[in-house]
Amino acid sequence: MRTVARLIALPLVLAMVIAACGEDDTGGGTGDTAVEGTESPDGATGANCELDQVDGDLNFYNWSEYMDPELVTAFEEEYAVDVVEDFYESNEALLAQMQAGAVYDLIVPSDYMVGIMIQNGLLAPLNKAAVPNLGNLLDRFTELPYDPGPEYSAAYQYGTTGLGVNVSVVGEDFPRSWALLFDPERTETFPGGVSVLNDPRETMGAALKYLGYSLNDTDLEHLQEAADTISAALGGIATFDSDQYDEALVSGEVAVSHGYSGNMIIGIGEAENPDDFEYILPEEGATLWIDNMAVPANAEHPCTALTFINYILDAENGAALTNWNYYGTPNEASVDFVEPEVIEFYGPTFEAEGLEVIEDTGDYEINFTDYLAQAKS
Amino acid sequence: MNEGTAPKGPVERLLGLNAWLVYLFFYAPIALLIVFSFNENDNVGIWTEPSFRWYQAMFQDDRVMGALRNSLVVALFSTVVSTVLGTMLAIALERYRFRGRGALDGIAYLPIIIPDVTMAVMLLVFFFQAFGVLSDLFAVRLTTGLTTIALAHIAFSISFVAVVVRARLSQLDSALEEAAADLYANRWQAFRRVTLPLIAPGVAGGALLALTLSLDDVVVTQFVSGAGSTTLPVYVFGLVRRGVTPLINAVSTVMLVASMVLVGISLGFQRGAEARAQRLADPEAVREEIVAG
Amino acid sequence: MTAPTLADPAAGGPVTPELERAAEKAESRRGLLIALPSYIYLVLLFVLPLLLVFVYSFATRDSTGQTVLADWNLDSYRRLFSSAVLEIFVRSLVLALATTVISLAVSYPFAYYIATRTPRVRNVLLVFVMIPFWSNFLVRTYAWRVILGSEGPVSQVTQLLGGEPFRLLFTNSAVLIGLVYGFMPFMILPLYAALERMDWRLVEAARDLYADGWTAFRKVTLPLSMPGVVAGSILVFIPSLGAYVTPALLGGARTVLMGDYIVSQFLAARNWPFGSALSFAVMFVMLLATIFYFRAGAKTL
Repeated sequence: MRTVARLIALPLVLAMVIAACGEDDTGGGTGDTAVEGTESPDGATGANCELDQVDGDLNFYNWSEYMDPELVTAFEEEYAVDVVEDFYESNEALLAQMQAGAVYDLIVPSDYMVGIMIQNGLLAPLNKAAVPNLGNLLDRFTELPYDPGPEYSAAYQYGTTGLGVNVSVVGEDFPRSWALLFDPERTETFPGGVSVLNDPRETMGAALKYLGYSLNDTDLEHLQEAADTISAALGGIATFDSDQYDEALVSGEVAVSHGYSGNMIIGIGEAENPDDFEYILPEEGATLWIDNMAVPANAEHPCTALTFINYILDAENGAALTNWNYYGTPNEASVDFVEPEVIEFYGPTFEAEGLEVIEDTGDYEINFTDYLAQAKS
Repeated sequence: MNEGTAPKGPVERLLGLNAWLVYLFFYAPIALLIVFSFNENDNVGIWTEPSFRWYQAMFQDDRVMGALRNSLVVALFSTVVSTVLGTMLAIALERYRFRGRGALDGIAYLPIIIPDVTMAVMLLVFFFQAFGVLSDLFAVRLTTGLTTIALAHIAFSISFVAVVVRARLSQLDSALEEAAADLYANRWQAFRRVTLPLIAPGVAGGALLALTLSLDDVVVTQFVSGAGSTTLPVYVFGLVRRGVTPLINAVSTVMLVASMVLVGISLGFQRGAEARAQRLADPEAVREEIVAG
Repeated sequence: MTAPTLADPAAGGPVTPELERAAEKAESRRGLLIALPSYIYLVLLFVLPLLLVFVYSFATRDSTGQTVLADWNLDSYRRLFSSAVLEIFVRSLVLALATTVISLAVSYPFAYYIATRTPRVRNVLLVFVMIPFWSNFLVRTYAWRVILGSEGPVSQVTQLLGGEPFRLLFTNSAVLIGLVYGFMPFMILPLYAALERMDWRLVEAARDLYADGWTAFRKVTLPLSMPGVVAGSILVFIPSLGAYVTPALLGGARTVLMGDYIVSQFLAARNWPFGSALSFAVMFVMLLATIFYFRAGAKTL
């Protein structure tokens, strides 16, 4: 009896010891009953948080390669908490996780997704007393159509989605068009092919633009056309990727890469032969997007989240972020600290022609996801 | 007995060549993986010079160490529970007759033929519904995490353990167990002193299988884990999707070496248990054992 | 094994039918008790989830993608027969069959070779087969990603020889290699077990009878080893059909297979009812395949 008991008890005890050792307080990380977030009598998460208050480690769900690791480390040291980062590749993937009950403290949805989440009660209103740096935002980022106020979100970065092109492969006078992705006669001649974002709105949007429609078009026939265009182009598409598009381009794996401005420009800048590459916005039009920090309604550490938001909205931190990821900063106070070439690059963005902002299409929204899945198969 | 019947001549040589090629096929990728983990270069395919930098990076990486810790905790817990439950299941199915045995027999084999994707889907849906119901009834908000991962691993491991132990049980001569039952006043004693040592190699084999299944699992874990409760394979899987660096090679090498060590220990244990079982298979030895006990 | 019928020492008399029945009932109760914990666990965490998935497959989805357990319908099942889904399914089926056939073709001679060595050599050879088998599956599959990449060793060799950078990664062939690599041990071990257990005197007799070694093999060895072939084939076919990790690591945009298709229904695609229907369909096919393999295997004996 003793040997058997020992054989069973030993590994169990070992398991518990390992679990206990080095266990930082990450709240819901062990799947036990969730600690209720700091709620006020009327139930809003985070309503009782004070400035600079932290209530545990931050579970931060973000796009990949979007947050400067040095900023994270500095935050961890200043507030004595851990920041646990997890990554998603599209707004729809983020929404799926939130709907399935995933618990995070801070998320970064794009413009239209903020609207969708507010409507579905997935976000907690911001406790403005804990985020005084909201005042640093440029006016145009405080009265956004999807969240006037702002009440639920704080603008994070903005940018465009376009094409990274390997000029030495496609030739000097390449068409500045989405044809570089969707014209199989062209793409199938590129060694390695092309890389397209794995994002329902962005990818279907690009195809819609290529066909001359708006990327917020709600005509199913047009969407079917777009899906068929993508299907026909599959021969030249190497991969649907929302994370590695810059590396794939610069390393020569693909000749043209669909991706976001900041990561693309940094990737090109760090290449051995930057002059071989160029980031372009196709003539048919492209996406202008604004990403925003938001606190989910089921967050377990809302105070830490609010403090982090305030931290990022600080003038110098905001500048550090932009200097690191090369996206547009919505922070007026940061402008003085941002490298001039970034300011210059994003200067004309809001006035540029042909750029569209993605909008919530309500009940039609799910079709983008469905038709992209259909197009890929 | 077999070797006398080996085919001669050219067929034999071809077979040998095939065998060597298969071993090469198995080990070359692993070897390359290990070699490149000591590569100085950022790029996974291009060799520059030897260096330990990725191992240093790995041990300093909180996420990796955290995921490793989670994997070990879950694996240990699920191995113990599924081995105990699986062994009991095997004994009940093989040695007893009771109502519902047929149904249990069927249920016990299903997890083996179900693809892990389906299993992942089943458990995700289950936990999602269960948490919803519990939240409505008791206003308690449960989330996925290490506990749900462990529960999931146990769910698919029990059947595998049961199959292995049952195979072992069916090879045993039940006369030995009957003799023990005669001589011991207590069924538990008979089990512990005779049956258990006889099936010990099977139990050890089942435990090793459960451990491997738990440490290998990606899909099921991915579906039922929560924020901050990633296991190592799921974390590595995520890393690969996002960017391949020799850090992954270093993590992989450690995982490989660890599994080889585990196998070594377990095989050694199994051989020891096997030797003991062989001794007990002799009725004389059983009688001595009982007299001594 | 039934409960041993013993003379009950307490009663001090011969065994009566009532006594036997009571003993059997006690045995039965004990058996049930021993089985109970696993029974409960499996019912709760296996049967119940299975039923839930079945229920979900008839549910609908609201405009944001949340599952709504009302408006029961057969839409998800109807969609299973759409050309897009059938295409994915056939692709997965072909890949799984190819994996099984290739594994069998390579593993059979290999297992045969091991089975015909001396016991000591056999054990050593087996250990060296087991080691990759017990090593982490993800890691072993990842190794191929490194090898097949266009910056990888194979590519460097082809470039040295003056050719193009080797681009096998992100193709169906890469997935096939990965699947064979990952699952071949599952074919080798049952084959070896069956071959090792055979009565080789029959093989010797056959060699004497038939002039040709190949005929002896075909008529005697092969049929006798069928159980191993069947077991190995099932153990390779099933995970290959539902494979997720291997295609995710080695396949590309174009190789959408069942495993990834199902998973994506629960991620960005947010279509749990459809994903449930797909999961159920895949499981059903595997059940059929298992039954088919067993029947086919039994027939040759």
